[in-house]
Amino acid sequence: MISRQPYRDPHIGAALLKKMAERLGDRPQTITLMEVCGTHTMAIYRAGIRALLPPQVRLISGPGCPVCVTPIEDIDRAIALTRRPDTLIATFGDMMRVPGSHSSLQREKATGANVRIVYSPLDALKLAKNHPDKTVIFLGIGFETTAPAVAGSLLEARRQGVKNYQVLCSHKTMPAPMAELASDPDLAIDGFLCPAHVSAIIGAEAFRPLCEDHALPCAVTGFEPLDILQGIDMLLDQVMTEQARIDNQYRRVVKPEGNRRARHILYQVFEPDLAVWRGLGPITNSGLRIREDFAEHDAVRQIPLQTAPAPEPTDCRCGDILKGKTAPQHCPQFGASCTPETPIGACMVSAEGSCAAAYKYDQKGIT
Amino acid sequence: MCLAVPMKIVEICDGCAICEIDGVRREASLMMLEEAAVGDHVLIHAGFAIEKIDLVQAEETLRALRDALQTPSDRTA
Ligand code: SF4
Repeated sequence: MISRQPYRDPHIGAALLKKMAERLGDRPQTITLMEVCGTHTMAIYRAGIRALLPPQVRLISGPGCPVCVTPIEDIDRAIALTRRPDTLIATFGDMMRVPGSHSSLQREKATGANVRIVYSPLDALKLAKNHPDKTVIFLGIGFETTAPAVAGSLLEARRQGVKNYQVLCSHKTMPAPMAELASDPDLAIDGFLCPAHVSAIIGAEAFRPLCEDHALPCAVTGFEPLDILQGIDMLLDQVMTEQARIDNQYRRVVKPEGNRRARHILYQVFEPDLAVWRGLGPITNSGLRIREDFAEHDAVRQIPLQTAPAPEPTDCRCGDILKGKTAPQHCPQFGASCTPETPIGACMVSAEGSCAAAYKYDQKGIT
Repeated sequence: MCLAVPMKIVEICDGCAICEIDGVRREASLMMLEEAAVGDHVLIHAGFAIEKIDLVQAEETLRALRDALQTPSDRTA
């Protein structure tokens, strides 16, 4: 019984919305809730949830799309690697069209670079086995959901003795940027919809410091429309009763302690590191680097490269959008010079970027 | 990017599972699960089963959702 249909029942949706309106009554103040998962962002736009919520509830999108938060320097570095001889770059498809300073992986591929899209890092490992004369470099992006899979591919590379497989690690990790945003007085966040599949790995309890240090309501929430509405209702309950708990709406997948085995795999290969987030800047312990023990598979250690500092395009407001400070529709380029066909920033390129989601489902905007 | 697809395990061989949903089959590594059996529902992400889906909890969530239909509208928090 894994049908999604029961989580889409419009009658239940209407009942939940009514319950929320009753909870809030004629409360004059706005309640600002942030979702920090690109899949939530897409689901919220697709179901048109913002327009249905009580007027006091403001739902903003945070830095939940791993492609969007990858700094331009990292894209430039990947592009520089494609220009090396005997190198094959393997990547998730989302990265192909992201503009670096001067090019994109897609453009490099069109002019002859060896870039392959893979569905799994294990497919990249297979490529390495099938091309022993080439160095296969997988672009490791993603949060805690994805990082264990990339770590798993490195453990397999070691087990199978595949020497020509490397990872260029740009992985980021979650609670740290949420704490950063929670302290931002301009945002005045009242609660977080916590990222669901990140939580499957790190566990609902991983948000305890965020929840307690900032007295902030948290709700781990699934991706179906009713999951999201129920998660929002859990947050509203906490706000209205002045509590800060970690509610877990997504118990069918997320355990309080998460997936220990996946975390063990992750931390066997990676260790926490300072990471630079597009839009947010450097944040302590918000990223991963490959451990010394796996240096032979670390593209950064194996292939020293000089890449120039890469400024953000001046006409793109992705930075503010990733912090939830601006809605995509308020960017002057939105829908004009910037569309999914001609994206200026990563937020329009990635299918889960806020600008792409807004363009696809809600061009006028209501925020 | 963190999207994961719920699938059912139909075959297990050598640390790998063949999973199925709507007639589509896909191979996934079981490296991240303590235990898995044919018939289990799992979430697949980037070629790995990242977690099992707990059907009892799923049913409880649905029950709580259906309760919203029965809640008298004068109930407030
Ligand atoms: S609409 Fe385009 S230019 Fe504007 S912030 Fe989004 S990606 Fe950047």
